[in-house]
Amino acid sequence: MISGSFEYHRPSTLDEAVGLLNQHGDDARVVAGGHSLIPMMKLRLANLDHLVDLQSIDSLRGVTEDGGNLVIGAMTTQNELIGNAVLAAKCPILAETSLQIADPQVRYCGTIGGNVANGDPGNDMPAVMQALDAVYLAQGPNGAREIAARDFYEGIFFTALEDNEIITAVRIPTPQGGHGHAYEKQKRKTGDYATAAAAVVLSLSGGNCTAASIALTNVGDTPLYATDASAALIGTAVDQGAVDNAVALAEGITNPAADTRGPVEFRTKIAGVMVRRAIARALSRAR
Amino acid sequence: MSKLAIKMTVNGTEIEAEAEPRMLLIHFLREDLNLTGPHIGCDTSHCGACTVDLNGKSVKSCTIFVGQADGADITTIEGMANADGSLHVLQDMFREHHGLQCGFCTPGMITRAHRLLQENPDPSDDEIRHGISGNLCRCTGYQNIVKAIRAAADQINAAKEAAE
Repeated sequence: MISGSFEYHRPSTLDEAVGLLNQHGDDARVVAGGHSLIPMMKLRLANLDHLVDLQSIDSLRGVTEDGGNLVIGAMTTQNELIGNAVLAAKCPILAETSLQIADPQVRYCGTIGGNVANGDPGNDMPAVMQALDAVYLAQGPNGAREIAARDFYEGIFFTALEDNEIITAVRIPTPQGGHGHAYEKQKRKTGDYATAAAAVVLSLSGGNCTAASIALTNVGDTPLYATDASAALIGTAVDQGAVDNAVALAEGITNPAADTRGPVEFRTKIAGVMVRRAIARALSRAR
Repeated sequence: MSKLAIKMTVNGTEIEAEAEPRMLLIHFLREDLNLTGPHIGCDTSHCGACTVDLNGKSVKSCTIFVGQADGADITTIEGMANADGSLHVLQDMFREHHGLQCGFCTPGMITRAHRLLQENPDPSDDEIRHGISGNLCRCTGYQNIVKAIRAAADQINAAKEAAE
């Protein structure tokens, strides 16, 4: 399959890239790893006149820890997230999630920026970013701005990002030491999007849950931050009753599509099962 | 649309060419460079038959535009054999252990396995299976592919030890 014709740009600075987007409006798109965009272009579901490749903009790469935050450059690949020592120590859910995205070849190309910016509810990182309360740093012609992951997603392929803006990094408040985490994903096969998936991050003190956040992948038009389900764990010993309560509340906010991954009722229940498993595994890891 | 000037190193040879920006790397390799080892299987980035090594990463060349690979160092299956023309140990072990039947997936399997062993020289069977999870084979059931990669790892490691 051959995509439509386009002009290829490879800017070496962020300003240049933003300038190209600003100049060409919605006739231009940025490409990072390209493993969501290029298949869409080959199917002619995405047609654009200008492709702006971000691979030569060095400022978009790398992981730094800065004053209680982890800042991950948008062009950092999933493979790099898996191998990063700082993230392994401070925020291991990112490697755990990355390993559940697609396959090795795709993870060498796929980036965190592309995964969060794409707006496909099947992408895995958005729910994880919501569970971690991450902020996306965006650059446009009028400067930089920040958008919370929990406010970013508006609909299928609709986000708060403007056509002339680029996500430059994600900023994650460094999770509390000793936190428990898990990303549980049910998929039909390697490379598939989730039938349903759940991200859980929680902290314990003296056997009681002091903080919890739960978010869901691919069971609605957007990733879903489960506010009530998260709150249902806080202040409890995360016992059977509290978990049942959180699972029911999480299932209650889902609105999955009926598709080849199953009917609505099935995917809702799978979301509940993923939440239950993720809570159990996060709990087993919390100290 | 104007053509792009492309420079890359393919199997150790520097290439200069022109190509339409929308040309996929797999088409550039097969049609312009006549390297027909990388295959077009699914054309949707699932099957891995088009896998090549690009700047030390295994990539699916059906999902990369040629411009994105400008300046890259690429190895295809045609670049795997030893300098004297003898088979690379991975190729040899795929033959020895019947790691192929129809052979369509084999160029992708071997280039992927090569990168896997560069990163993890002594993988468990489970790590091999995860490592080649982006490469589909419809004939073998994977058993002999895993055996072949395992055997190649053992040979490479034995040769390294002997050299030390």
